[in-house]
Amino acid sequence: MSADINNLEQIASQVRRDIVRMVHACQSGHPGGSLGCTDYFVALYFHAMKHDPSFNMDGHGEDLFFLSNGHISPVFYSTLARAGYFPVEELATFRKINSRLQGHPTTHEHLPGIRVASGSLGQGLSVAIGAAQAKKLNNDNSLVYVLMGDGELQEGQVWEAAMYAPHNKMDNIIAAVDYNNAQIDGPTHEVLSLGDLRAKWEAFGWDVMEVKQGNDMSSVINGLQEAKNRTGKGKPIVILLHTEMGNGVDFMMGTHKWHGVAPNDEQLESALNQLPQTLGDY
Amino acid sequence: MKKYTYTESKDTRSGFGAGLLEAGRQNENVVALCADLIGSLKMNDFIKEFPERFFQIGIAEANMMGIAAGLTIGGKIPFTGTFANFSTGRVYDQIRQSIAYSGKNVKICASHAGLTLGEDGATHQILEDIGLMKMLPGMTVINPCDYNQTKAATLALVNHEGPAYLRFGRPVVPNFTPADQTFEIGKAILLNEGTDVTIVATGHLVWEAIQAGEELERLGISAEIINIHTIKPLDEQAILNSVKKTGCIVTAEEHNRLGGLGDSVAQVLAQHFPTPQEFVAVDDSFGESGKPAQLMEKYGINAASIVDAARKAITRK
Repeated sequence: MSADINNLEQIASQVRRDIVRMVHACQSGHPGGSLGCTDYFVALYFHAMKHDPSFNMDGHGEDLFFLSNGHISPVFYSTLARAGYFPVEELATFRKINSRLQGHPTTHEHLPGIRVASGSLGQGLSVAIGAAQAKKLNNDNSLVYVLMGDGELQEGQVWEAAMYAPHNKMDNIIAAVDYNNAQIDGPTHEVLSLGDLRAKWEAFGWDVMEVKQGNDMSSVINGLQEAKNRTGKGKPIVILLHTEMGNGVDFMMGTHKWHGVAPNDEQLESALNQLPQTLGDY
Repeated sequence: MKKYTYTESKDTRSGFGAGLLEAGRQNENVVALCADLIGSLKMNDFIKEFPERFFQIGIAEANMMGIAAGLTIGGKIPFTGTFANFSTGRVYDQIRQSIAYSGKNVKICASHAGLTLGEDGATHQILEDIGLMKMLPGMTVINPCDYNQTKAATLALVNHEGPAYLRFGRPVVPNFTPADQTFEIGKAILLNEGTDVTIVATGHLVWEAIQAGEELERLGISAEIINIHTIKPLDEQAILNSVKKTGCIVTAEEHNRLGGLGDSVAQVLAQHFPTPQEFVAVDDSFGESGKPAQLMEKYGINAASIVDAARKAITRK
């Protein structure tokens, strides 16, 4: 099915608006990675994935998505809301007390669309593998997607999972790494270098792809289609998704500073001026 | 004193293995995971009958807990198996976030718990696991006393909705509970009615408590003996009913006195019916290599320790 790139880009613009507004309203949260992954999320939920917004936990016959780097909850929540999982107005409750939109995603408040809590890093790939194993047992040939941060790959558990999936021929998994070379304390290669990341995943037995322009919707769409074509061939797939932290908001780009900082009133206004309102602000 | 006998001594971990096999037969959604300890966890029979429902994770317990959480998505009922220290301390955040906080229906089955693990020593002798697990909201914590009870508990967990921690041990111990028992999660079992002191025990210390009760009878002391296999949720009413009658209590566990059964009981008593309590437990120490009986004696968690504690508790009334 061919993608309407223009439409997807419009949705992405609105998701970016939601992100900066959500984080600004509670003066906390993680805009940088959220903005960087917006195009990937929109591509998944509005094109690549077969999924049902009426949501049930088991997801029989549906593609599943797990967010391992849970701190980019703003982009996850906005995408889910815009895709019909819960009312868009509820985005205004992000990180507020008694809200279903917790700071980091969780199943605890039963927000539709979330299948596991994440926030403490390194755990999502394992969970995705478990869900993928269940699909194999259930003869369910839909796919399991999981997104991780690149800094997150410093967590050892990721590599336990990375060792397991190829050994067990988990070829219904499409993992992605938000390869933005940025983490809290600086560029990833300065904090703790990931080295030759492609070679590492290949050495572990994964089928590795790169999307060099992770903030270009066409590239992301094509990348996801390529990934899907590679499933079912005995190996799990990992996409190295080259993105830019803060993409879409000029003062948030080119720096690691906006990992977990909220814009003030002026900064918000500047950001919103750069992002066309396409679907209507909540 | 009610008389308890047994024809065989068996290890509680074998009870788990037998229970797991039976669980697999009863419910096709039961699946099992192990971290390179199939033999020790007695999972061979399950694997032989249901090879496609078994997942060998390798020495990667954090991954195992995450995979177990994921397996529930799609309707599976996962039973994880490794040593108790690897099932808890090592993977605490994974259990906390991916299982407990995520409300996943995972049964964490933990073998070789406590001092009676024996010669492997303190790196493997977990004495903090009941504490760690009971402090997780929504986690059920069970420590059955013998082979038959462990088998029954394993089966009971199949139909229990929610995460659970099932703790059992390495050595053979008297198998005295009925083979056909119905295991009720959260329900205390009254083993002997008494009037002078309440003895509440869990796991391997239940048989020790029975031995202690017989010795106390010889000393002219009537002990009410209760098996608390479920530390969480605790059968508070059973405990309160007993201490209202006897006026003092001994708690007995193969665990640190900090954070285990004794702790839980103390909270209930402090809130509702303050009662002199003596703690038979490891006194905030690590274990060491040795034979189970030697270790239980050295660290003060055997029948003799319970007798001493009971006599002391009575003097505090």
